[in-house]
Amino acid sequence: MRANFIFSEVWIGLRRNLTMTIAVVITVAVGMAMLGVGLMINAQVTMMQGFWYDRVELSVFLCPKNSPMPTCKGKEVTAQQTKDLKAELQGMAGVAQVLYEDQAQAYANFQKAYGTGANKLLAEATKVEDMPTSFRVKLKDPNNYQPVVAALQGKAGISQVTNQKDLVNQFFGLLDKLRSGALAVAIVLVLAAALLIGNTVRLSAFNRRRETGIMRLVGASNLYIQLPFVMEGVISGLMGGVIAAVMLIVAKVFLFEEIARYFAFGSQLGWDSVASVITLTMVIGVFICVLASFVTLRRYLRV
Amino acid sequence: MIHFDNVTKVYTNQNRPALDHVSVDVDKGEFVFLVGPSGSGKSTFLRLVLKEERPNSGAIHVAGKDLARLSNFKVPHLRRRIGCVFQDFRLLPNKNVYENVAFALEVIGKPRRFIRKVVPEVIELVGLEGKAHRMPDELSGGEQQRVAMARAFVNRPMILLADEPTGNIDPATSIGIMKVLDRINRTGTTVVMATHDAAIVDSMRKRVVELEDGKIVRDQSRGVYGQAY
Repeated sequence: MRANFIFSEVWIGLRRNLTMTIAVVITVAVGMAMLGVGLMINAQVTMMQGFWYDRVELSVFLCPKNSPMPTCKGKEVTAQQTKDLKAELQGMAGVAQVLYEDQAQAYANFQKAYGTGANKLLAEATKVEDMPTSFRVKLKDPNNYQPVVAALQGKAGISQVTNQKDLVNQFFGLLDKLRSGALAVAIVLVLAAALLIGNTVRLSAFNRRRETGIMRLVGASNLYIQLPFVMEGVISGLMGGVIAAVMLIVAKVFLFEEIARYFAFGSQLGWDSVASVITLTMVIGVFICVLASFVTLRRYLRV
Repeated sequence: MIHFDNVTKVYTNQNRPALDHVSVDVDKGEFVFLVGPSGSGKSTFLRLVLKEERPNSGAIHVAGKDLARLSNFKVPHLRRRIGCVFQDFRLLPNKNVYENVAFALEVIGKPRRFIRKVVPEVIELVGLEGKAHRMPDELSGGEQQRVAMARAFVNRPMILLADEPTGNIDPATSIGIMKVLDRINRTGTTVVMATHDAAIVDSMRKRVVELEDGKIVRDQSRGVYGQAY
């Protein structure tokens, strides 16, 4: 096998079809970048879900003084009710942990969350007596919250049961849509890239039909005849992959890290997962290039 | 060397067979003219030897190999033992004489040292010494055909197939081409030449196999072209 011969053939092929080569590189790059972004969103969402689902809890708000909620019937929760509810919660099957948050604690948390920035006035106007008392209930399985919520709803002394998971889920639902959108676009682009590569290889094969005809005639092996074409596909795929890698690094720095600053993602997408996403997209890109080249060549370079 | 046993070839979408129950034997070192009008099956015969086509029935042996049992994977190895020359030369226009001949060795993975040694030898054998660095379009038709012959012969094939090699060349130049073919034949290479050129066949006095409508109508050693007419 003579490497320099193969490479000079590859170089000739790439140069002759320069516009097609550029089209392939761009399509592969954008397709791989979309795929990579999809995978990165996927990794980020998985990480965030793990992070948040460990922390989500049910908030069982107890009736404060003069509560407008109909379940309270205008009466404040009594100390006895609070004690009974706590015992009942602790006795429930799905409950892992129950914490009581009194007014002072609630006030402290409230001040911490809203004490600065736009809500400062609200925080200043709020007094300790305004805060509701509540139970913070940690579930053994955050996905299996319905029985607990159902059992609590309508009980005397309880004004409201909120599930943090519902709030988090809305956000995850948006991210899920983003992820599937990116993946759908990526699949279409990867398909387009495969077809483009097939076309480029076919053009290349047509341009060099004299050479390949002579090669067949003098007994060059199929590998020797096809390798330059496959290598053309691989090289354009690799170039596209490198550009996609750059785009992914840019996306990581300017998109994911910026967004993470605004939302409490709780966890950062690490460089290691970016690296594995880049590796994966490269492998997929090159694999598709080789596949497209081979399928095309089987049809156009028969022995 | 080439053995056809009752070979029939019918191209798809054609009723008339291109070759019709053809049996012929070509021995090692023989020089055979394949003559007959256009469409009589000469080119089909050559294509079958190269396994570019498969016969519908009958057996073909080339260089001791049964082509029906030769896997596609091994076809390139068969073709390395067969050289080919065509009417239209089939040179690469962007390579010079030396590169055109060397190409045949490069693509079968021969080492460069070997190529540098044998290519000038074979260029001299076909009578193109001093023209190794000319481009094909700077050569006459006869010279281009010599390059094609050099390329066909550079790997020392056991068989040389020539499909009307003098078809595009004037009679005076054709004599030179035939001399080269004769020289190649004298090295022990079997030569099968399909031709329309009566003068050449008559002057060479070699074996003549005549085809008509896919059938062998004459097979005669030291024959001439026109005897059957």
